Amino acid sequence: MITFYLFLVLLLIPTIWFFYGNKTAQKIKLKNGKLHSLIHYYGLFVLLYSLLPSIFVYIIILVGDDILFSYLINDYIPEKIKNSSDYNKVIVMTQIQNILDGIYFGEQPDWVKLASEKIEHWSNLSLLVNYSLTISISIIGGFLGFRRINPDLRSRNSVETIIIYVLGFSSLLAILTTVGIVFSVIFESLRFFAIIPASEFLFGLTWNPQFEGAERAGSGQEGLASYGSVPLFVGTFLISFVALCIAVPIGLYSAIYLSEYASKKERSIFKPLLEILAGIPTVVYGFFAALTVAPMLRSGGTLIGLDVASESALAAGFVMGIMIIPFVSSLSDDVINAVPQSIRDAGYALGSTKNEVVLQVILPAALPGIIGSIILAVSRAIGETMIVVMAAGLAANLSFNPLDAVTTVTAQIVTILVGDQEFESAKTLSAFALALTLIVITLILNFYALHIVKKYREQYE
Amino acid sequence: MVIMNYNNNNMDIETKTIGNIFTENPKITSRNVNVFYHDKQAINNVSLDISSKEIISLIGPSGCGKSTFLRCFNRMNDTIDGCKVEGNIVLDDQDIYHPSVDVVPLRAKIGMVFQKPNPFPKSIYDNVAYGPKIHGLASTKDELDSIVELSLKNAGLWNEVKDRLQSPGTGLSGGQQQRLCIARAIAVSPEIILMDEPCSALDPIATAKIEELIHQLGKNYSIVIVTHSMQQAARVSQRTAYFHLGELIEVGLTKQIFTTPQDKQTEAYISGRIG
Repeated sequence: MITFYLFLVLLLIPTIWFFYGNKTAQKIKLKNGKLHSLIHYYGLFVLLYSLLPSIFVYIIILVGDDILFSYLINDYIPEKIKNSSDYNKVIVMTQIQNILDGIYFGEQPDWVKLASEKIEHWSNLSLLVNYSLTISISIIGGFLGFRRINPDLRSRNSVETIIIYVLGFSSLLAILTTVGIVFSVIFESLRFFAIIPASEFLFGLTWNPQFEGAERAGSGQEGLASYGSVPLFVGTFLISFVALCIAVPIGLYSAIYLSEYASKKERSIFKPLLEILAGIPTVVYGFFAALTVAPMLRSGGTLIGLDVASESALAAGFVMGIMIIPFVSSLSDDVINAVPQSIRDAGYALGSTKNEVVLQVILPAALPGIIGSIILAVSRAIGETMIVVMAAGLAANLSFNPLDAVTTVTAQIVTILVGDQEFESAKTLSAFALALTLIVITLILNFYALHIVKKYREQYE
Repeated sequence: MVIMNYNNNNMDIETKTIGNIFTENPKITSRNVNVFYHDKQAINNVSLDISSKEIISLIGPSGCGKSTFLRCFNRMNDTIDGCKVEGNIVLDDQDIYHPSVDVVPLRAKIGMVFQKPNPFPKSIYDNVAYGPKIHGLASTKDELDSIVELSLKNAGLWNEVKDRLQSPGTGLSGGQQQRLCIARAIAVSPEIILMDEPCSALDPIATAKIEELIHQLGKNYSIVIVTHSMQQAARVSQRTAYFHLGELIEVGLTKQIFTTPQDKQTEAYISGRIG
């Protein structure tokens, strides 16, 4: 509770500085008759001086103290443990943390108890230091800002500059997160490629990582585990292809209908309804695929003498296609609507029918944008996980027949990483290599989509 | 002031318009035309004849309904939601608002050039060939080629684009784009060309070229041109009609309208006091 009050104080001080800054600026204005900026910019100026450095210090200490403790605790870990062969600092830290959280069974070693007491002590100390430091910085910072108030201070310019930095920092944060994700995947993938050669992973035709454990146990099954990712990518593209065969025609036709033929009233009803499809959680699509569509296709196939696997690529692709209809239709609709009315008018004035205008004027003009929307839908289909986990099989068959059971990259990543895994084995690490390849493929697709959409934008300029 | 006008067929028309709304040899006759956008009346009881191979300009302040009236002739107002046209417009003895009329052949007969150049985002060739293609005017590629060439020549654009017919029409300059749009309109051999402020987005040199072109085209087509520029109306047209607040105030020979306007409003507009 005490931390909560301290936090309130931390927020209160800049607020007080804000009003104080405003008041002082007002006084100066009354006395001097002239100020560079509007009064509230002086308040904001002082507020930012007080707030930003204290937030910065607060976050640094909050993040930094754990790192410091982990370093300091080294002195409390017995040499015997440190020197043992399976010593792992992360596990030791977790062990200590578990005592602090009260999650432990049985008697813990004395040194662990001692270490946890130490860490608890340091944490309290750090919190105290953190708050006293940030509060004093907040007061001092506000005071420094306040001292700078004079009629010639360009507080509006300064405030705007600071705001630009805050905005820039936010976008930097988003980019850094993405970079962080990519790098974490790259590093794990590199560990995988150290065990399994990249050529085997990229061009191998059999995917069989589940024998990895048996192989390592030396149970005479050497060579059974294999990491050829080709069947997975073939399965992914097969399912995505089926999905596109459903989504592109339906999505495109409905976009044409909605933007060109539907009355305003129809449009206002149909468009939101169609977009509801995008709001359905994929897990719901998943059991729709597994429980409704797949059995239906199977019994339908039996009727006409076809052998359809109960977890066929067709079922998963069909449902995935329904899922990405709104992506295609919504984006295509936007693109078609972006075709200027003047061009439609030109078509009509030449005596075209509505169909001729749509087919020969609007669609060619909108085509690059439509292709862009389709490529975005492809990258969505490739990355889709839940539907394929539930509806597609796990058997990595190398097959181009949509009636067979195939598996996808994402489904394999899920099966590999679900449950307890040891992060040393090639099997677990292979998930990261798969993820990396998938990221690269979708990145290329997105890049092309953006490129095409951008090219399209310049058409009418 | 209500003046009873009498036309050749001795049909009675009630109109407040000053000047002679009739012509000897009408191509289009419009009688008592009213246009509504939802509840708002944009054109109020306008009657006007347009004879063949004449150039008539429609002038008036912004929002006076001249563009709306122009778009009645090729029924382009149909594409606007909530727009309703009343009255009688006859083109070559056919009521163009009769329920049995198909707008497709009608619009093929009446070309239109818009305020802003609006070439299709296709090649120069395809822009011009579009109309002949959809109306089946050419059965062979050679025929189509010659239609395209003739249209571009008549639009005074051929020499500038003959070496790059396959490059996009949107890559031309504004004035060239507008002449491309004129070539596109005349490629379907219309009888009437409607022009809705065709030079308002162009610089003086391009404007001069288009005006010269309009002058040339006037020998073969009826041209109705809406313009904001009174100099332009005076330069290109034989007759001028002055619109104000949805009514046709005065119509007459261009020379007469600009030198001795009968109506006070017309005079005020022409001398620059309204508009």
